[in-house]
Amino acid sequence: MIKSVMVMNTQGKPRLAKFYDFQPVEKQQELIRSVFGVLCGRADNVSNFVEADSIFGPGTRLVYKHFATLYFVFIFDSSENELAMLDLIQVFVETLDKCFKNVCELDIVYNYSKLHTILDEIIFGGQVLETSSIEVIKAVEEISKCSPSLSPSTCLSFFGPSTRPLLLCYN
Amino acid sequence: MAGTSIMETLFQRDLDDLIKGIRQQQIKESLFISKAIEEIRREIKSTDLPTKSAALQKLSYLSSLHGADMSFAAFHAVEVMSSPQFFYKKIGYHAVTQSFNDDTPVILLITNQLRKDLNSSNQFEVSLALECLSRIGNVDLARDLTPEVFTLLSSSKVFIKKKAIAVVLRVFEKYPDAVRVCFKRLVENLESSEPVILSAVVGVFCELCLKDPRSYLPLAPEFYKILVDSKNNWLLIKVLKIFAKLATLEPRLAKRVVEPICELMRRTEAKSLLFECIRTVLSSLSEYESAVKLAVVKVREFLVDDDPNLKYLGLQALSIIAPKHLWAVLENKDFVIKSLSDGDYNIKLESLRLLMSMVSESNVAEISRVLINYALKSDPEFCNQILGSILSTCCRNLYEVIVDFDWYASLLGEMVRIPHCQKGEEIEHQIIDIAMRVKDVRPALVHVCRNLLIDPALLGNPFLHRILSAAAWVSGEYVEFSRNPFELMEALLQPRTNLLLPSIRAVYVQSVFKVLIFCAHSYLLHKENISSVNTDNLASEVPESVFARMSCENSDFATSEAPASSEQHDSFNPRNINQSFGDLSIENGGDATVSNGQASTSASLGRNSFTHESIVNLFNIVELALGPLSRSHDVEIQERARNVLGFTDLIEQEILNPVVQGEENLARAETEASRVVKLMCDAFSEELGPVSTSAQDRVPVPDGLLLKENLADLETICGDIQLPLSSSFSLSSTPLGEAVDISRTNLQSKDETEPSHESTSLLAEHRKRHGLYYLASEKSEGASNDYPPANDPMSQDKLNDDAEDLLKLTEQSLAPKKKPNQAKPRPVVLKLDGDEISIAAKKPELKGDLLSGVVQDVLLGNDGVPSSSRSNRSENLSGKSKGKEKLSTDLSLETKENVPGEKMPDHVNTSSRRSKHRSHGKERRQKGQGKDGEEKEDNGQKEKRKSNHHRGKHKAHQRADEPLNVVAQTPVIPDFLL
Repeated sequence: MIKSVMVMNTQGKPRLAKFYDFQPVEKQQELIRSVFGVLCGRADNVSNFVEADSIFGPGTRLVYKHFATLYFVFIFDSSENELAMLDLIQVFVETLDKCFKNVCELDIVYNYSKLHTILDEIIFGGQVLETSSIEVIKAVEEISKCSPSLSPSTCLSFFGPSTRPLLLCYN
Repeated sequence: MAGTSIMETLFQRDLDDLIKGIRQQQIKESLFISKAIEEIRREIKSTDLPTKSAALQKLSYLSSLHGADMSFAAFHAVEVMSSPQFFYKKIGYHAVTQSFNDDTPVILLITNQLRKDLNSSNQFEVSLALECLSRIGNVDLARDLTPEVFTLLSSSKVFIKKKAIAVVLRVFEKYPDAVRVCFKRLVENLESSEPVILSAVVGVFCELCLKDPRSYLPLAPEFYKILVDSKNNWLLIKVLKIFAKLATLEPRLAKRVVEPICELMRRTEAKSLLFECIRTVLSSLSEYESAVKLAVVKVREFLVDDDPNLKYLGLQALSIIAPKHLWAVLENKDFVIKSLSDGDYNIKLESLRLLMSMVSESNVAEISRVLINYALKSDPEFCNQILGSILSTCCRNLYEVIVDFDWYASLLGEMVRIPHCQKGEEIEHQIIDIAMRVKDVRPALVHVCRNLLIDPALLGNPFLHRILSAAAWVSGEYVEFSRNPFELMEALLQPRTNLLLPSIRAVYVQSVFKVLIFCAHSYLLHKENISSVNTDNLASEVPESVFARMSCENSDFATSEAPASSEQHDSFNPRNINQSFGDLSIENGGDATVSNGQASTSASLGRNSFTHESIVNLFNIVELALGPLSRSHDVEIQERARNVLGFTDLIEQEILNPVVQGEENLARAETEASRVVKLMCDAFSEELGPVSTSAQDRVPVPDGLLLKENLADLETICGDIQLPLSSSFSLSSTPLGEAVDISRTNLQSKDETEPSHESTSLLAEHRKRHGLYYLASEKSEGASNDYPPANDPMSQDKLNDDAEDLLKLTEQSLAPKKKPNQAKPRPVVLKLDGDEISIAAKKPELKGDLLSGVVQDVLLGNDGVPSSSRSNRSENLSGKSKGKEKLSTDLSLETKENVPGEKMPDHVNTSSRRSKHRSHGKERRQKGQGKDGEEKEDNGQKEKRKSNHHRGKHKAHQRADEPLNVVAQTPVIPDFLL
């Protein structure tokens, strides 16, 4: 069971936070902060696993991946495989990349609900239901057909680190 | 009204505007957000759906990423989710899913909406409802929507079906009776040809299995088929997880799956699957040697890989296998030790753990040495990790691995001097613990403690204060082992002790008291002897006689043995007595070197220790130092200081009277003082022991104290306050540190040698700094302003430079070797019955048990139970779970009883009384079986059999109720598999 999915940037600003067990908002913020506290101290060439027992309780594991300006973090228990989760992060990011064409942090900032739609197709109530990014994109496209989006994101006029494509500068 | 609505719509900021606003940061973020929320509060009340939903979306965003509270919008969320338009519905569902929980009152309102959407023809609406149910589903929702979920389980659309399967997990968890409805369809999907469906259903079974594997044993053939046939790695990983659980329950199954798993291990390219195979073999199939060997080979591949992830997982795999097959760790020990200097903290930590798992009696000293040297070079965090591991490993099972406690005492002393050491609490605890438990270590420990106390630099490090507190206590409590009590007194009273916390300083003062009494007592005995020995013209040998006499308890013993061990038959030959005493202490297993040394050194010590001037000096020091403390603001310090001063006042006049008098006068003058001193000495002479965790149980309940009735009253008074029915009913151990407060001196034996030179130099330096303070000081040299650091890593000449050396060092030590012939036997470590109490087993969760009960029923083919007997059964089931709870209670009680060492005879009674109490309170219905529980004996085997018996009884009971129900002890697995 996956407990939580977080995306945050290298400054610790959360970009996506999903908790599959209900957590009060204060607790959510606290958890995000403590995860960032652990991640920001880690070098780039070290393992992608972090012992998270002290943050999320015994038996939980944390896998993260660092792409350009973002950390993608999955928290899960013993019924998931660590390396498979690492692959799943890759699937998630690749799906985002296909959806947004060279995804960068800004896409993620401005497409809050699409991000959730994508993630919900991959992980359902904490269980991994789909691991093929093609299938996910298909479903997401159909869902957006059902709900004409009001405005395609028009605000990528910022320049700066957050426009770095995630996958090209894959760390 | 309509006008405002249009205005609102036109000028409302949507989510993108909000995000832009936050990013532009023209005003402070928190201010911006609180303004936005104000806006949202207004907008969300709008009757216009677009406005409302946009506000809700903004609120969801702020809640999710900025921690804004959105509970006020619960009802609005329900409104938006009921919109017929998918776009708005989605926003509503998102908000509900994200913010609702069991405490949300309006959760009751969404049942119908969910039902409607589950029946929708739009698959995406169904999907929204399923997602919502899987996240916030509670008992009511699960119960009410079970029929819809059942229908969706056979949906023709894969998109819906997979989600319906996944939602079943939540439904089962919340409403176990749904199993009767849905389980069959779920199982049918195990044969699905659609990989997504199969993966979803196996995922659900994997989760269910982790909670209660036994119930799913009958499904083993289906899982086996997937294991053999599937090529999907995700699926295989989940199936492996299931088998890891099932194989431990059913050995025949383990035998069956071990070969396919090995085949997978050889074949697969995917590291994730390979690792899962390794983990399954190492954790659940460790009896199959060939499989384990293969797995270890694969682990090795992980370890040598450049990818730090694989390295880390490889080390984790080793730590799984370490308890059962230590050879696998030893085989890879070079990697383990190398990893200690890896750049990745996780890897370092993992290798440290592995290293500690290799520790045994024979290599504990060497590994600790290597690690301490390593800790000196490490960053503070890892340094403390290392120290923590050493401490916890060494104290495991009452210092099981420690044979040479003198070494361990010195190791503790050494740890204190590691610059980054922050393990004050643990070290404090262990110092006191071994002092009380291990008699033989006391002389060495007192020496170690003295070295700590005497070092003024240590007082500057607040992390070490607790250790110093332990050291002060040990020095006071076992002052008779001190080689130089005067020096000790100076250390305890040094001015830098004002850096200590008041509570610790109070311990210091108390120790001062003990040391003072000890010195006064020794001095008086010494005097007595002078007078008595003078008559015998044996003045030269006086000190030894003093020495022997001071060992109050042993002296009788020693004198009685003296004739036997010596040719000379002098009735009062001190040399003789001393000799026999030495022998005695060897017999007692005391430190041989100390007792041998004592004969040669005691004479000089005796002569210059308890002289008149030294005692006067001592009293002066004490009064000078404690005078200010008697006006301390801290009551503990004040009271203790006043106690000491009161004591000195009482005896000072007589004991310190310098006038040389006739012998008789002297004796008369000192009787009063010696009486007081003797009294105090006796007060301190009772030995302190560790306190058993069950000590409280042994205190009989006084007559007339009606505990239970009071509690019952309490319950009626505060009925709605949930008294925590804690699962642990053993009293937590009394912190040993508290024992510090009680103080006694135990005049048992004496081992005194000359103070070592190194310490005198420390003291000399100390005196240099505080020349004014100490009466006898030689302030000739200019003292440096700062103390040298407690432990300079550079000065450690033996320091190893890198992991290579480390490796070499441990090369021999880690290899399994024969136990060296120990020069001396391991000293007795005092055990208590309380030490082995395991934490009481957790109460099995009623719900989980219900679920497994239902699952078992369904799997074993009686899902068509009439509803009348259903309620009957659920009662049975709850009865069963209570029975289990009872069993675990008895089991843990049993472990408590089943302990070596001295045991209070009434202990058994106590526990059975307690179990009686429990059965009384909790399961009146099971009185018959409760009796079983009271007849427990100290035999685990018996207990186990009995527990089976218990369950058997339940089953029999069930069978009687429902003749159709074929309940087998072990679920049937078709023969073709076994």
